[in-house]
Amino acid sequence: MERNNHLRRQVANLRQSLFDQGYLDDQFIELEELQDDANPNFVEEIVTLFYKDSARLIHSIDQALEKQPLDFTKLDNYMHQFKGSSSSIGAKKVKIECTQFSEYWRAGNVEGCKRTFQQLKREYVVLRKKLEVYFQSARQAGPTETMSCRPN
Amino acid sequence: MANSSKTSAGFSSPRSDTFPAGLRVLVVDDDVTWLKILEKMLKKCSYEVTTCGLAREALYLLRERKDGFDIVISDVNMPDMDGFKLLEYVGLEMDLPVIMMSVDGETSRVMKGVQHGACDYLLKPIRMKELRNIWQHVLRKKMQEARDAGNNDLDQYDEVWMLGGAELLSGKKRKDFENKDDEKEMSDSRFGDPSSMKKARVFWTVDLHQKFVKAVNQIGFDKVGPKKILDLMGVPWLTRENVASHLQKYRLYLTRLQKEDEAKASFCGMKHQDVSSKETSSLTLQNPVDVCTDVANDKYGGVSGDKEIAQNGKSNICENKVKGVVSMPAAEPRSVVGDSFDSQTAGSKIGLNDSFRLVNTDVKNAKVPAPYCSTGEAPQPQYKQDFKPHFQSANGSSHQPLPVVSHQIPVDRTQPTCFLNHVPSREESDRYPDTDNKPSYFKNKSEGVGKFSPIQSTANLFQPVSHQQTNFHTLEQMPSTTWCATSHNVVSHPQSSQGNLTLRSGSIVASLGEDMCGASIQGECFLANNGLQNIEQFDYNDPQSISGVPTCLYDTLRFDHEYPYPYPIDSLEGIVMDQGLFIV
Repeated sequence: MERNNHLRRQVANLRQSLFDQGYLDDQFIELEELQDDANPNFVEEIVTLFYKDSARLIHSIDQALEKQPLDFTKLDNYMHQFKGSSSSIGAKKVKIECTQFSEYWRAGNVEGCKRTFQQLKREYVVLRKKLEVYFQSARQAGPTETMSCRPN
Repeated sequence: MANSSKTSAGFSSPRSDTFPAGLRVLVVDDDVTWLKILEKMLKKCSYEVTTCGLAREALYLLRERKDGFDIVISDVNMPDMDGFKLLEYVGLEMDLPVIMMSVDGETSRVMKGVQHGACDYLLKPIRMKELRNIWQHVLRKKMQEARDAGNNDLDQYDEVWMLGGAELLSGKKRKDFENKDDEKEMSDSRFGDPSSMKKARVFWTVDLHQKFVKAVNQIGFDKVGPKKILDLMGVPWLTRENVASHLQKYRLYLTRLQKEDEAKASFCGMKHQDVSSKETSSLTLQNPVDVCTDVANDKYGGVSGDKEIAQNGKSNICENKVKGVVSMPAAEPRSVVGDSFDSQTAGSKIGLNDSFRLVNTDVKNAKVPAPYCSTGEAPQPQYKQDFKPHFQSANGSSHQPLPVVSHQIPVDRTQPTCFLNHVPSREESDRYPDTDNKPSYFKNKSEGVGKFSPIQSTANLFQPVSHQQTNFHTLEQMPSTTWCATSHNVVSHPQSSQGNLTLRSGSIVASLGEDMCGASIQGECFLANNGLQNIEQFDYNDPQSISGVPTCLYDTLRFDHEYPYPYPIDSLEGIVMDQGLFIV
């Protein structure tokens, strides 16, 4: 019991840190609020789905950025899609990189775009790892009430 | 009756009492993550959700289950079909409210969505509280339809006939009434038409539609009726109901174009007053008996017609409206706004429309150079001059100029259908070129309004073809090059000057252009740079090309990545039959 409480506190801290460090935004909370008896693991399912789906996009963008000459329309579409997708789980840092990418894109700064995209991929991976850890410890701790508390 | 048939058709749930619970929502998004989130959110709102990863699939579903949905939520960016395109199809074929969504809130995109007929535009990430409210769009549409129907005598169109205002307002779905069984039953009892017994789905191909338009032209709008069209079309397997329903949609389609115009017009207004485009476009929904909206209208009218309103005050709504109208042909290109006054005073609307069309016709015929309609402060005298000569030369008789536009505009509120003579409006037309007459004109006008407003508008609705050869239906027969030349000049403007004051005349021509595309030379996309092309195809498209389209590269990619889709790539049908992609 004691141990369980401790675990739960850890999970809550872990979760809070994701917000505090700017990895996640309110959309994540929105997802948590959708979680119910019908879908007890809704958030995790969504995150998993996002990573599965976006891997393809990341790959496509990677390839499109290598191509010469650049297919602007295609890249634009991909990025747009990716941005939309990353907004679904509240991947704040990833989204920021998307925005940065778009800015470079508009300015015609291809180098900036490529650099940003590398950074974007890093954030993308970091978030996945952090979320994996979080979900794993949440599972260990069992159901908890702190789950749906808004940060701050 | 409605409910039982609903159940029998497979779209269950007793919905009329629990509205908005059970609202049937179709969600279209190529992003699986969002699709799943939206599904969950909508379910939490007690809506009936169907999800769809491809726009074509959505279209197929919508066609397959006509009346199986109440509202569509669609992403803007989809690989297989532009969301705007889907929006157009849905608007024309199903006339359902469509909500667009995108992660991109750029004004131009939102504008595009609204102009294409989206009832709302949501930005991702979408929140549940936004979705909880979407039923309002469904209700609003019903109310509008009911209102439209209420303006008219019973009519030969099943749909209109079936729209009972009160029932609709209480949340019953018009769809219920349209259900096949009911339709059969009702049309039988009403018309005793055996042909309605075997009511098959008809895909309106380009050919078929052109026959339809030709028939409509031949008969003339004042006399048009499904039966006559049917006879003229000479397509043996077509039923009167098919034609009636198509005619209905055709009108709705024209209506929608008109609404886009209004939205554009309202854009002018926004420059001066804080009337959001959404607000203004919803003004077109005004209830003839709704005084509140009239007040809003006054405000709206003030946008462009400040002068008029100031002069005359608001004491008499009718008068106000009339004024707006009169000022228009006279000199105020910007008082477009008067347009939204219509439903209360159909009479005034007519004057307005007509005058506009006249202007347009002039613009077109004379091939007035583009700048002519690109600024808010268009040379006023020019309008006047153009107006009069055209008035006489083109028609020879004073009541002919009326026709043209009225065709497009009245449709808006009056689905309808009584074909009465429009003597009163002729009277108007006699007057409105004459600006100096204003005072007396107003008086006459407002007196008359009470008497025959609905009638007038409908009368005009059907007027056009029979009188004017430049009417856009008949334009079909014009050499396409001629049209291109002119439409280019004029049409591109409302588009490019979205941010500026858009001239009413410009936008009407724009919608005329759209019609032209559709009605005449579909496929020959000459309006290359105006962004209107999307509209060309909708109704006339060959449906087969849509349902049978192979999945594109993108989709293949996607399926390669182990999607949780429970269907094989190439069986679109399989997808489609699935109530939801995610079984939760």
